[in-house]
Amino acid sequence: METTSTYITIKNQETIPLSLIPVLDYGNFYKEVVALMKAPHIHCVNYYAYQKDETLKFICCLADDVEHNIKIFSHEMAKKEKMQLTSITREVYAFHIYEREITENYGVEFINSPWSKPVRYAFNRADKNKLINNYPFYKIASDELHEVGVGPIHAGVIEPGHFRFLCNGETVLHLEIQLGWQHRGIEDLFLKKSSLLQRTILSESIAGDTAIGHSTAFVNLMESMGKVFINKQLEMERIIALELERIAMHVGDLGNMNIGLAYQLASSVFGTLRTPVINYTQTWCGNRFGKGINRVGGTHYPFTYELIETLLKLLDKFEKSFKPMSDRLFSLSSALMRMENIGKVTKTQMQLIGAVGMAARMAGISRDVRISHPSGTYKEITITSETLVNGDVWARAYLRKLEIKNSMDYIRNLISEHKKIKEPSGKPIAMGELKLAANSFCISLVEGWRGEICHAAVTNDEGEVIHYKVKDPSVHNWMALALSLRDLEISDFPINNKSYNLSYCGHDL
Amino acid sequence: MLIEEIQILNRLGKQFIPDVTKPQLPGPFKGRPEISSEKINEDVLASLCPAGAIGKAPVSIDMGKCVMCGECAFSFPSKIKFTTDYKIATNVRERLIIKEGDANPITVDEREIRKEIRSLYGRSLKLRQISAAGSNADEAELNACGNPNFDMGRFGIEFLASPRHCDGVVITGPISENMAEAVQVCYDAVPEPKILILAGTDAISGGIFAGSGALNRSFLDAYTVDLYVPGNPPHPLTFINGILELIQKRKK
Repeated sequence: METTSTYITIKNQETIPLSLIPVLDYGNFYKEVVALMKAPHIHCVNYYAYQKDETLKFICCLADDVEHNIKIFSHEMAKKEKMQLTSITREVYAFHIYEREITENYGVEFINSPWSKPVRYAFNRADKNKLINNYPFYKIASDELHEVGVGPIHAGVIEPGHFRFLCNGETVLHLEIQLGWQHRGIEDLFLKKSSLLQRTILSESIAGDTAIGHSTAFVNLMESMGKVFINKQLEMERIIALELERIAMHVGDLGNMNIGLAYQLASSVFGTLRTPVINYTQTWCGNRFGKGINRVGGTHYPFTYELIETLLKLLDKFEKSFKPMSDRLFSLSSALMRMENIGKVTKTQMQLIGAVGMAARMAGISRDVRISHPSGTYKEITITSETLVNGDVWARAYLRKLEIKNSMDYIRNLISEHKKIKEPSGKPIAMGELKLAANSFCISLVEGWRGEICHAAVTNDEGEVIHYKVKDPSVHNWMALALSLRDLEISDFPINNKSYNLSYCGHDL
Repeated sequence: MLIEEIQILNRLGKQFIPDVTKPQLPGPFKGRPEISSEKINEDVLASLCPAGAIGKAPVSIDMGKCVMCGECAFSFPSKIKFTTDYKIATNVRERLIIKEGDANPITVDEREIRKEIRSLYGRSLKLRQISAAGSNADEAELNACGNPNFDMGRFGIEFLASPRHCDGVVITGPISENMAEAVQVCYDAVPEPKILILAGTDAISGGIFAGSGALNRSFLDAYTVDLYVPGNPPHPLTFINGILELIQKRKK
């Protein structure tokens, strides 16, 4: 770590004493954010508030992708009836979601905010008069236009959310996405359920389709704050599990997108290819979504010789079916016609909304935590981050194809390294043995299959967690879907929605 | 070229499970637990459980609360063993509580099945799924029930979009306050008679979310549940076998 007068610079998953985080007055804080965020290689990975005694503490974490570090700084405010701050969103659009969350949770009003709307109608929100069935949708007064409302319950077996389209005939002028239906009070439960195992299981349940991604962020964070050493072998196994999750979800998404394209063959081939991958995860840990693999300090499920051999065979078999099908899909003109230039967003738009992961990489932004803020063995393996520039449905599909190929390569490379190590990965630490650093802060970034997952924790004098913050990549990327729909036919919504496949519960917490 | 597509299909081969009542799941899969009569420190055992699923004197595991982490079995391997028996769905909540010495399969209680279920739904059962704060793992597994692998459609069981066309609802997730009204509206829209299925530990008891201030489970106080499908998430084979037993399609 390194300290300047305005911020402290730390690495991903580095624990620091809270006292080292500079506290600025809001005027300087504002200026610092606006100045730093001018650089395209800097983006905000978290800005949130928590209450300690009668004070609200606001922590801001800006990730520098070139210097490979995270700049942390803060400001404070006494909790009172009327709390006001000048909105940063007017100058740095990506801050909208953070400021809206702070308003919702603590009642802080951001003056001049262009889009001060509820985020998820959290059960412990400051203003209980705001009700989920009374969301302030954007409206245009016109006799020519009409609105289409969909949800919260959708046609398929998927999570709930509400989509409100403002249409001129078939053309969508504006799509507004209202979420919050999935809110389970996760961050509050992280404090209430205080055993390590309960918290680990909560992390696996933030988004069931990203059980490995979120639990990796959690265990990495706990190990950093608790100074728990894990060996090389376990580091590799965690990455293998994470990359397997990426392969399974990406190939499943390609299957779903082909339902949207009405290309039945590809939808059933890709859909079918997901099955052996998640069944493999089940052979490894008993659960098709990888619940149970990640535990602090070790694992209950050693990655045995038999598992390694099975995985290598599985990848070869997978590739033999995947390659011809994806080659066929991406050369089939009738399929390409439904993907190319559909739901296009620009690099500038994605930069402005702070898009992460695939939503950034499909539109020309090479943002990938595995490269910019690597942890564990990611530091040692060569990661090829694929970046496409098209920003359309095609780019979102093709990126998945490229990433599947790359993930298979990483896994094969890791396995050949893994074979050289004879040391077993070790058991998880016993409950009650984890002692976290007191009065500390730690942030943990992991590149899940959707993108950057961010967990952050703050401890008190006794080393107890007093605030736990979770951020799923979807928090930013939902806005990308809304932008994709502009000037598109409303019938193109399903293919666009599937092409992003964002998390409702990851957003709603 | 068409020939290319035929080759792709050919390489993929047959995917469906010929008999969904028969497949064996791999060792680490956690299905119905068996609890031995060995004497252990029950307080320690019960305190391990992250979901409060373990009862004492006699030791029991409530599969409606169990999040399948297996921590109890790792710590007390000779006391608790999870078998790979995935047929753990039932219509009686108490049958999900496995006690010391219980080694019988979990089954549907024939006496408790409403008459109209078998007469009306034996050949065709259309369901409306409601994700009420489900984590998307439950939803993914329910989707998988209809994929080429498990192919529940062969039994006439399907998920449909409109509740008006359905014979019942399947709820996943612990039921958030924010979804409570939508759950009621959707349930009301299904014509009578209708069945109610809870799929997954979160739906049955709240699972790891039990006790959260963000939930509102009052809907469940008002209606009779026709099938409980445990699991975190429920395995497609658990779901399909449970329904088949309920509507009596499973080969005996």
